Amino acid sequence: MLPMFIWAFIVGGLICVIGQLLFDVAKLTPGHTLSLLVVIGSVLDGFGLYEPLIDFAGAGATIPITSFGNSLVHGALQEAEQHGIVGVLTGMFEVTSSGISAAIIFAFIGALLFKPKG
Amino acid sequence: MGKDKKNLTPEQQKYQVLQQKHEIKRPIIKNCIRAFWVGGLICTVGQAITYFYIYFFNFTEQTAGNPTVATMVFLSMLLTGFGIYDHLAQFGGAGTAVPVTGFGNAVISAAIEHRTEGFVLGVGGNMFKLAGSVILFGVFSAFVVALIKTILIQWGVL
Repeated sequence: MLPMFIWAFIVGGLICVIGQLLFDVAKLTPGHTLSLLVVIGSVLDGFGLYEPLIDFAGAGATIPITSFGNSLVHGALQEAEQHGIVGVLTGMFEVTSSGISAAIIFAFIGALLFKPKG
Repeated sequence: MGKDKKNLTPEQQKYQVLQQKHEIKRPIIKNCIRAFWVGGLICTVGQAITYFYIYFFNFTEQTAGNPTVATMVFLSMLLTGFGIYDHLAQFGGAGTAVPVTGFGNAVISAAIEHRTEGFVLGVGGNMFKLAGSVILFGVFSAFVVALIKTILIQWGVL
């Protein structure tokens, strides 16, 4: 159990360092950086490389935004196995729905509860 | 930037040189170290939540990622609402932006910020102002990747 925490810390930290390098060295805006990381995540899953990373680092691989691209591809491929090409569309949000719905629901609750500052 | 250089007058070129000289150098190594441990810490918290779901709610290692992400977004709502996440982001840079809490923060802060414009046009219309690009490029790249892979599998290449 303990090595899992350590690997989650190291791998998650390294992905964040890649993001920081894209900010500082490549001078990308946060929007560009996050979009790029999501695309990298989905391409990695296309080659079947992201799943081993999750097995290895747990939350270190599922918490960074790259896993969003990974789970989109995952849902699409799962459904495509059963229904062919149409499954790519119908299964897209199957796995990742929790993140998006949580963001929408909690954002609305947040907007009800909190007042803007400054 | 390089393309525009030809159209600039000599004074503008001189100004650009001056500007570059006075531009503040970003402390890259310091930023990277901060991003590393802040991001690493957020992922460690995520790992603890993952174990929580595995032991108490019978999720497997593979499926526990989903409720973990939802919980992290919930936490980021609280931190954003109380104004803590902004301070954290000032310090952690990409360490707070790259984890899914940064995605949650982008959605939630946009929702709270535009609340004064009303719930339909303000909150509803602006919620995905910042995070929309992540969803767009995520979905489109996933579509292309999954389509190519499905076609290759059906042709028997893979």
